[in-house]
Amino acid sequence: MTALFWLIPLALILGLSGLIAFFWSIKSGQFDDPRGDAERILGDDDHPIIED
Amino acid sequence: MGEVINQNPPLDEGCPSGLQSTPVQDRDPLGRDLALADYVTHKDGLAALDLIVQGAHCGGCIAKIERGVGGVSGVKSARMNLSTMRLSVEWSAKEADAQAIVKSLSELGYGVAPYEINKAQSEANRDLKSLLKAMAVAGFAAMNVMLLSIAVWSGGAEMQPSTRTLFHWMSALIALPTVAYAGQPFFKSAYAALRQRQTNMDVPISLAVLLACALSVYETVKGNPDTYFDAAVMLLFLLLIGRYLDAKLRHKTGEAAQRLAAMQSTSATRILSDGSLETIPTRRVAVGDILLIPAGQSIPVDAKILTGTSDIDTQLSTGETLPLSKGPNDIIYSGMVNLTTPLTVKAIAAETDSFLSEISSLVQIGEQNKSRFVKIADRTARAYVPVVHSLAALTFIGWLLTGAPLRQASLNAIAVLIITCPCALGLAVPAVQIVASGRLFAKGVLLKSGDALERLAEVKSIIFDKTGTLTKGEFQLSNIDDIPAEDLKWAAALAIHSRHPIAKALHPYVNNITAQDVTETPGIGLAGVINETAVSFGAREEPQDDKLMTESWLTIAGRPPQSFKFEDTLRHDAEETVGRLSSLGLASRILSGDAPASVKQVAIALGIKSAMGGVSPRQKMDQLKTSQENGECPLMIGDGLNDAPALANAHASASLATASDISRSAADIILAGDALSGLPAAISIARHARRRIIQNLSAAVIYNFIAVPLAIFGLVNPLLAALAMSGSSMIVTLNALRPMKT
Repeated sequence: MTALFWLIPLALILGLSGLIAFFWSIKSGQFDDPRGDAERILGDDDHPIIED
Repeated sequence: MGEVINQNPPLDEGCPSGLQSTPVQDRDPLGRDLALADYVTHKDGLAALDLIVQGAHCGGCIAKIERGVGGVSGVKSARMNLSTMRLSVEWSAKEADAQAIVKSLSELGYGVAPYEINKAQSEANRDLKSLLKAMAVAGFAAMNVMLLSIAVWSGGAEMQPSTRTLFHWMSALIALPTVAYAGQPFFKSAYAALRQRQTNMDVPISLAVLLACALSVYETVKGNPDTYFDAAVMLLFLLLIGRYLDAKLRHKTGEAAQRLAAMQSTSATRILSDGSLETIPTRRVAVGDILLIPAGQSIPVDAKILTGTSDIDTQLSTGETLPLSKGPNDIIYSGMVNLTTPLTVKAIAAETDSFLSEISSLVQIGEQNKSRFVKIADRTARAYVPVVHSLAALTFIGWLLTGAPLRQASLNAIAVLIITCPCALGLAVPAVQIVASGRLFAKGVLLKSGDALERLAEVKSIIFDKTGTLTKGEFQLSNIDDIPAEDLKWAAALAIHSRHPIAKALHPYVNNITAQDVTETPGIGLAGVINETAVSFGAREEPQDDKLMTESWLTIAGRPPQSFKFEDTLRHDAEETVGRLSSLGLASRILSGDAPASVKQVAIALGIKSAMGGVSPRQKMDQLKTSQENGECPLMIGDGLNDAPALANAHASASLATASDISRSAADIILAGDALSGLPAAISIARHARRRIIQNLSAAVIYNFIAVPLAIFGLVNPLLAALAMSGSSMIVTLNALRPMKT
């Protein structure tokens, strides 16, 4: 039984961290261009797109 | 994907369709800016601009665009978004300017237009993101509450009541904040409906969720065994999926329509008081401005001619194929094209209220009528909500009458509400619509809204516009075999100097012969000198436009005139389209603003029995209203300004990508490929979708027939409620995702 006292919070923390990661991914624009990202992965990176 | 890469060797980056003509230069004959400065934002010495890029299709295009624009000196970053077709560019304001960037894109072969941040669109974007977040929160909560609930269910008798209550408290801790956050879209909409003394689907949803939570909290406090936190949260999660899909569809089509509009944006040339010229975007033209309209440019706003006489192409505004000659004091309307000589005009309306005010008000009336259309989902909800609520009330009263305690009566009544909560209904419609709109998109048809799809499926007859819809709206030489080769060359040498649609038909025959001293007289024709012989080409008398065919004459001094016959050709897929529509059981009709005889000829060529010519925009609209009242559910397809009121008043409407702005915005679907063949495809997809929506709704109803009696008699426990709910939603979603055979 005592296992529940740390297993349940652990499950919740894991779930919450997943949720937070998802919120972060929305905020950082990872869902802004699904089509473009699918194409970009096939391109080779020999030419940097822009130099800083 | 492998094949695609092989077709595009590294040296030949970008796709062939990216190598098209450059719309910017076409539409901006003076080579000046597109008023880009209006769209540029500045921050810390950096300028930023969002551009809509047309013609980008693949990873090669992305690389080509980003490298090309990134190569312009001064550009700091360039990021192409292939989903929204937008390029975000940042550059140092000192080293580069927007014009250079647009030019570099044009040189790469892509069409460009500045992106205007549209308030409605950015609100839709925010809504979409907040729905996605709500969905994520509800999903997280549903999983974790279920984790605890399953322990309670399977623990059964072994679990101590104290442990069970602890689990219920933890569920409450997760579920209550989730309902407060993720339930907002439903609560708000239900509240808005109730305030107007109406009900919608969100009323029973909100009621079920809130009552289930309230009851569960009560049961938890009392330490009783059953709670419905899991059902409430899962309900929200599944419904939010449906809501998100629906919002995504509207957002996507909204963006596509905006792109289409931006690519067609125009500029006007204003004559300042000191006589100098400036190019401004059309939306900045004010009433009273003096404008110069070069030959070949479209009329930006409604205007009165001050000086000059010219042939005006009125195809888009009246549907007439042949240009009209207009002179000083005549009024010309936006959407017409000036063909022959430059005109100086005075603007009599700004862009927003340009086009005949009559037309725009007629369109508005039509759109109001259309908003009365009740979607299948709402129709179902109207019948469903009262039934469900009275069932719950009856359950409550029934159990009290049989002597059950208050707690048990309310428990069973709430179980009825949860079981009947239209979870499957909420998913049934949007899931199908998103699949259907994807199919339509693949066929080059742009769907404006979900209810347009429903209306499209109900269509029983088709009404075509003629010019520009059934026909191409451009002339072709039809008696080429009767014309001596030499005459054709001479006529073409004259014709190359003109933008008149008849002369344009001769442009393909141009060769090395040149004509000197060519003059064009609006309404008469061309005259010039070839090999020291006076030559003229044009109408011998008043142009006869009562036929689909029109005739012009080449007169060479000292010889009898040679006749040239021209025809407005039918679209290559017109006949096939009419045939496929009739095999779908749809009768076709023609309503055109063009002369009756020429309309009749097209009707005969296509085998259409009913055709009317010489119809004014108002008459068109009245015709549609009559046919709508007769229950014919007409679909109107047209491209011109004169079709817009009819489009707005039709049961469903379609427009072509090349159509006038107002027609495109009045239409339900846009045939983007500039071909008619998308129309029958769209109708059969819409019918499939409708069938599938009805299947889904029936599945949901059957499920209720089985589950509701169980709930009424108090046989539903939380486990059964959860199973039934997710089961029915899965069936409905899978049925929606089944591939369509069209």
